[in-house]
Amino acid sequence: MSATGIGAAVRRKEDFRFITGKGQYTDDVIRPGETRAVFVRSPHARAKIKRIDTSAAKSMPGVVAVLTGAELAGDKIGNLICGWMIHSKDGTPMKMAPHPALASGTVNHEGEAVAVVIAETMAQALDAAEKVNVDYEPLPAVTDAAKAKSGPQIHDIAPKNTIYEWSLGDAKAVDAAFGSAKHVTKLDIVNNRLVPNAIEPRAALAEYDAGTDQLTLWNTSQNPHVARLVISAFIGMAPEHKLRVIAPDVGGGFGSKIFIYPEEVICLWAARKVRRPVKWTADRSESFVTDAHGRDHVTRAELALDANGKFLAMRVKTIANLGAYMSTFSSSVPTYLYATLLSGQYDIPQIYCEVDAVYTNTVPVDAYRGAGRPEATFVVERLVEVVARQMGIDPADLRRRNFVKSFPHQTPVIMAYDVGDYDASLKKALELADVKGFNKRRREAARHGKLRGLGYSTYIEACGIAPSQAVGSLGCGVGLWESAEVRVNPTGSVEVLTGTHAHGQGHETTFAQLVSERLGIPFENVSIVHGDTDKVQFGMGTYGSRSGAVGMSAIVKALDKIEAKAKKVAAHMLEAAEGDIVFKDGKFTVAGTDKSAAWGDVALNAYIAHKFAGQELEPGLKETSFYDPTNFTFPAGCHICEVEIDRDTGKTDVVNWTAIDDFGTVVNPMIVEGQVHGGVAQGIGQALLEGAVYDKEGQLVTGSLMDYCMPHAHDLPSFNVGLTETKAPSNPLGIKGCGEAGAIAAPAAVINAITDAIGTEELVMPATAQTVWAALKRAQPRQAA
Amino acid sequence: MAMVMTGEVQLPASREVVYAKLNDAEVLKACIPGCEELNKISDTELQAVAVTKIGPVKARFKGKVHLTDLNPPNGYKISGEGDGGVAGFAKGGATVALTEKDGGTLLTYNVEAQIGGKLAQLGQRLVNGAAKKIADDFFKNFAAVVGKT
Repeated sequence: MSATGIGAAVRRKEDFRFITGKGQYTDDVIRPGETRAVFVRSPHARAKIKRIDTSAAKSMPGVVAVLTGAELAGDKIGNLICGWMIHSKDGTPMKMAPHPALASGTVNHEGEAVAVVIAETMAQALDAAEKVNVDYEPLPAVTDAAKAKSGPQIHDIAPKNTIYEWSLGDAKAVDAAFGSAKHVTKLDIVNNRLVPNAIEPRAALAEYDAGTDQLTLWNTSQNPHVARLVISAFIGMAPEHKLRVIAPDVGGGFGSKIFIYPEEVICLWAARKVRRPVKWTADRSESFVTDAHGRDHVTRAELALDANGKFLAMRVKTIANLGAYMSTFSSSVPTYLYATLLSGQYDIPQIYCEVDAVYTNTVPVDAYRGAGRPEATFVVERLVEVVARQMGIDPADLRRRNFVKSFPHQTPVIMAYDVGDYDASLKKALELADVKGFNKRRREAARHGKLRGLGYSTYIEACGIAPSQAVGSLGCGVGLWESAEVRVNPTGSVEVLTGTHAHGQGHETTFAQLVSERLGIPFENVSIVHGDTDKVQFGMGTYGSRSGAVGMSAIVKALDKIEAKAKKVAAHMLEAAEGDIVFKDGKFTVAGTDKSAAWGDVALNAYIAHKFAGQELEPGLKETSFYDPTNFTFPAGCHICEVEIDRDTGKTDVVNWTAIDDFGTVVNPMIVEGQVHGGVAQGIGQALLEGAVYDKEGQLVTGSLMDYCMPHAHDLPSFNVGLTETKAPSNPLGIKGCGEAGAIAAPAAVINAITDAIGTEELVMPATAQTVWAALKRAQPRQAA
Repeated sequence: MAMVMTGEVQLPASREVVYAKLNDAEVLKACIPGCEELNKISDTELQAVAVTKIGPVKARFKGKVHLTDLNPPNGYKISGEGDGGVAGFAKGGATVALTEKDGGTLLTYNVEAQIGGKLAQLGQRLVNGAAKKIADDFFKNFAAVVGKT
């Protein structure tokens, strides 16, 4: 391993510009003559728009235009869409309701945009927005997933507010297995709704060049090419080749910046209308009521076992709240990203899952860090822990008895696990967490009036999203391969253009590590280019922990082609047969001789083309690859959480956290550790602190950081992290992906620990001090053995 | 977001005087904090414009005010709906009861209100505090007006 190659903890290149304030985010981009957009948003969860009077606003100083849904429809701008088709059990397609970028006729959630004011300055736009007079007739609303079917019908297309009633697995086989089971455990589970809260709020800046009829959009996007495709092909804004999307530095996404939102559509439309650049940047209040929320499932789960604690079958029924409209990939999250992971790390012969997706008068719900897999892991790991307690089996032992031990393993829910060693990660975690010493710590805590609990989460996730044929057969509207272009310059330095997008992950560092090692050139001589549809030919962006497994694999394939071409050039330079050229440590050598050519000389010769006939070998050194993986990857591991709870107040402290993860090949252990820390912090946030709450009128009562509690450093312990490694066979580097693991594993570990301490399984997230205190009143705390 | 508020204030005047003042648009206009306009449409209906600032949100509420359950001099119910534009909306009502006490009148009020939009996003603690302050200011002003007569 070289000092900057694969496996080295190289410091992040991009951090210099970020920590010195040189990052260039969408709001930092300033175009000549730019105007500001401010949206007028519905204060009602559901209402009829009787009239919109923009006359007073239009006469305000500095106002360039005031636009409404009527004008949008007049210009034939298409609706926003959901790009993953799900069919109900009866074969009918999902009920996708029209979603115009500015409300037309009715509003269906608080925060929905009804008009936009374009003005010379932000202050003028804000002042004019106050003068837009919207006459609403409020209508009754429904916000709760469990009550959606009996609530007022939101969209004509969807009776009982039902988008689809989907299922996966063999119901009859599951029923039969339950019939013969010796033990059945049932659990009611709510997976709380979360607000993503990336540090950088969403923003869009659109510019129209009348001379070339070209539109350019700077946008906080995790996948600029997909944004361009959807805005062009479905919304009909402009032909694809007349629209350029640039996603510059982006300050966190966690899924919420995958989707195509109304605001960027409106900025593009308005920029062409007013012939001026139009910029919008969300304030935090807007983020709360417009960024797609996460989770929000209501589930009943059952597990059947034989007398020895062997899992026989699982039955799960989930209602998934998708909010007021179907966001870009919302349909896939509670189906193919959720039910397919219900087998966990276990050999479960039969699984049947039903998912009803419903509309409510809330912000649309879509993928958020982990997307479906945290919900699945929470179901599986809570069930397993509860079963162990009910049957009096040690929870680690029960897991071990049921682990998948031979690979490949076909689960009953589509996924085929290719490799893993779940015993290894559990064993390592048990040691690192000092589980043997737990009873002593529990007794010690009891002496101080505190309750101690220990909780496991042995999670699995499907990452490296994804083989295009596989997702296509499941309804996905796009392929999920990745592209890379490697450009070697005449001086030997290298630019890599990737279709993935970095918004905190450190790709500029890790991708350069790969190139540096492979070509034997200094790490500093490699730059990574991403996030611009004019530079990168096409790409699918970053989400689902796919950038390493899929994006870097595409770079490997392009580097293979670079090496092959460079060998041809070197053969001419060294007057040897191409087959005799060996490339190692940045040097081309004729096998068995001391004749060699350095990387830089070969690169130069590829461009000056003096040593070969340009008609026989094309000059230049630039190669492209599109890589499609053969399978998902399956990162897995064991997280153990230890909590201490104050009996009198219910305040829960996470006192110990152990994370052992198998991510396959690790490119940069420092970055991977950072990803685990961030993911676990978000997972602990979901378990203890975060929860989006709507009142029954549909007002988001946790609409600011005063009422929606994000995890702080003082809420978190120092994490003990470690790795095991089985290499993913589905990609050339053996990478599995690490971006979501912490958020997937953590909530179940926390709640398993708290319920272990307090002695009742009835506990909803977030387990705030008040919630735990109330649960303690109903429970009999467990004592140390 | 739902809000409830109760309170009482001792006023140095008879119930009849207090009741009359409670029905006097000019008095109400002078007492409602931030009130810019208050016009009587009928004996039981008024049109109002008031500017309110809660935390970072300043809004000009326009709306109608209705007086119902008129029971002179024992009290009434005052209710209304205000549209604060981009700041959101407020609607609700207050039951006002007047009883004789210590040679004057004890006014007790029960407010039930709902707010929505940006205002509701500010959060219960901030909004409740601000609403309580508005009510306190109103009755301080009202007590001063009643005391002058």
